[in-house]
Amino acid sequence: MNPLPLYVAIPLGAAFLIPLLGIWWRKSGETLAPLFTLVLAIMAVLQVTRPAAVYHMGGWAPPVGIALVSDGLSTLLLIAINVVGFLCILFSLKYMQTYTGLTKYYSLFMLMVAGMNGVVVSGDLFNLYVFLEVASIASYALVAFGVGAEELEAGFKYLILGSVASVMLLFGIGTVYAVTGSLNMADVAREIAMRFGGEMNPALLLAGAFFLMGFGLKAALVPFHAWLPDAHPSAPAPISAMLSGVVIKSLGIYAICRIFFNVYGIATGSAGSIIFANAMVTFALLSIIVGGLLAIGQWDYKRLLAYSSIGQIGYVMLGIGVGARVLATGGQLSVAGLAILGGLFHMFNHVAFKSLLFLSSGAIQHATGTRDMKQLGGLREKMPITSFTTNMAALSIAGVPPFSGFWSKLVILIATIKAGYTGIAIVAIIFAFVTLVYYIKVQREILYGTVSKLVEKAREVPALMYVPLIILAIACVGLGLLYPVVGPRVLEPARDALMNSAEYIQLVLG
Amino acid sequence: MKGMTLIVKTITDFVVGFIVVFGAYIVLYGHLTPGGGFAGGVIIACAFILLMLAHGKDVAYSKLSEKAAHVLDSAGALAFLLIGWFGVTAGFFFMNTFGRGEAFRLLSSGMILPLNIAIAFKVGSSLFLVFSALAVFRRRSFRAMIEDELA
Repeated sequence: MNPLPLYVAIPLGAAFLIPLLGIWWRKSGETLAPLFTLVLAIMAVLQVTRPAAVYHMGGWAPPVGIALVSDGLSTLLLIAINVVGFLCILFSLKYMQTYTGLTKYYSLFMLMVAGMNGVVVSGDLFNLYVFLEVASIASYALVAFGVGAEELEAGFKYLILGSVASVMLLFGIGTVYAVTGSLNMADVAREIAMRFGGEMNPALLLAGAFFLMGFGLKAALVPFHAWLPDAHPSAPAPISAMLSGVVIKSLGIYAICRIFFNVYGIATGSAGSIIFANAMVTFALLSIIVGGLLAIGQWDYKRLLAYSSIGQIGYVMLGIGVGARVLATGGQLSVAGLAILGGLFHMFNHVAFKSLLFLSSGAIQHATGTRDMKQLGGLREKMPITSFTTNMAALSIAGVPPFSGFWSKLVILIATIKAGYTGIAIVAIIFAFVTLVYYIKVQREILYGTVSKLVEKAREVPALMYVPLIILAIACVGLGLLYPVVGPRVLEPARDALMNSAEYIQLVLG
Repeated sequence: MKGMTLIVKTITDFVVGFIVVFGAYIVLYGHLTPGGGFAGGVIIACAFILLMLAHGKDVAYSKLSEKAAHVLDSAGALAFLLIGWFGVTAGFFFMNTFGRGEAFRLLSSGMILPLNIAIAFKVGSSLFLVFSALAVFRRRSFRAMIEDELA
């Protein structure tokens, strides 16, 4: 049996089973959530061995029915979401013990996973929107889970900005429906390719602008990033790791890629495609610059990580945007492929090291009770495992060879230079050094230096908390060194799925 | 005296039953006439919310306790998912496998009716819970929460 609906059905069922059993059984969340997420993680990793497939919900074939589609890009995201989800749940078991209402926490967590899985397997524009709302609403509630004034403010800000994005998306989807008369992504793509031949009419351009804004806000691209520096630090650490590790990617980057590459289609010489590619590159550069510069000045560890996420998402978008621009201006296919591969590779790496950094920030906060970098220092002696994994992630994200972040940034830069955008590449290189600067600051202020008063009492976190850190640290090294194993199985199918929109249409509509 | 005036209470007692029956009708005939699980669920929830407004929360909870509402809330959603699973027996998730019956009869359209009922439980109890949560939190003003936080 095709397992695609299970990616939504299992977490959705768990999300309602946990609070139902939780009325009589206090530990329902702690017991069931790791089980269900483990099953999902194993399923997602095994998804690599399956060929691209389409599932017809209720037996109705597209374009009438809702289709679930798994191709290379969906598989990449499914692995990221479900593996990180499982590790974050493991981390939560100990970390969340100080909170109340845990059944609600695990329920919302599973709901968020269900929504994200739904977004990446959906082959229908409106269905994608519904799952995006499911994931977003669960994440609004999870950001405010601490119910302090700061958390509530951050959650409310995220709610308002997220709702604005959702309205934009709904308007965009409505416009696309009005123009093409279909909501199935492959059918819309075929209609656009047939009727407009790459040249878009003003309504589609407007809808594209709405999509770029709406999904850009979910991805926290500058100038739509205002919610992220508040929301990520306020959430409990496992939720920060989920938000930064997978939510901004599955709701933002994935959706942008899917819409602009597979649905709109990047057509050579099309004015519309060039406009969108230019917008992507511009937002990417802005994110790299603003995220990098603002991160340097932060003294709140999690806030620094949040700004760093904005900068790194900029790199991901830069690779994808340059790829789109090369395709649209009729450049070499191999260069476009390299740029997109670099973007996807950096996204996949960012899943590993940013969730690791946020989880380790949670471990540090758990042990010392603070995330103010001025009050930390010398943690290396008191918390060796957490410090070691933090170090690995910091080196990886700063782009030090041979860690994974180095390779993905290198691929993006090579592709950018090959495409002829030397100026952009130079800016990206300079800000790669800025990344290094603020992670050296993290190392100096938190891991090394004199042991501060708060750190003296700190003890290494329990095994349930450091095991996820170690697994992610191994991923940080492994994704770079084992590229020959990971690349052809996971990343290259994802790139091919983006480069070949005709294949996507063929896959869904048959 | 808790709740609103005697006039409101008396009228509420008169109409609550009718509201529930009307809501149930909207749910059960959702596949034949305008309406459905969501709309019917909202109407049923309105009956309980009206009780809470007129008589205070104790009377409303005596009819539908918070715990029961939580159970119905999750059970409704699970029932919906379970009905979707039945479709797998015929090949696809949410495939309409139940007997379709005769058109324009109550038991026609296969799984639409059970799905409507599941939705009605989910939506009705959720709305009731949302309202009761708002009623509880109303007593503590936002200003008081901020002052607590600053202190």
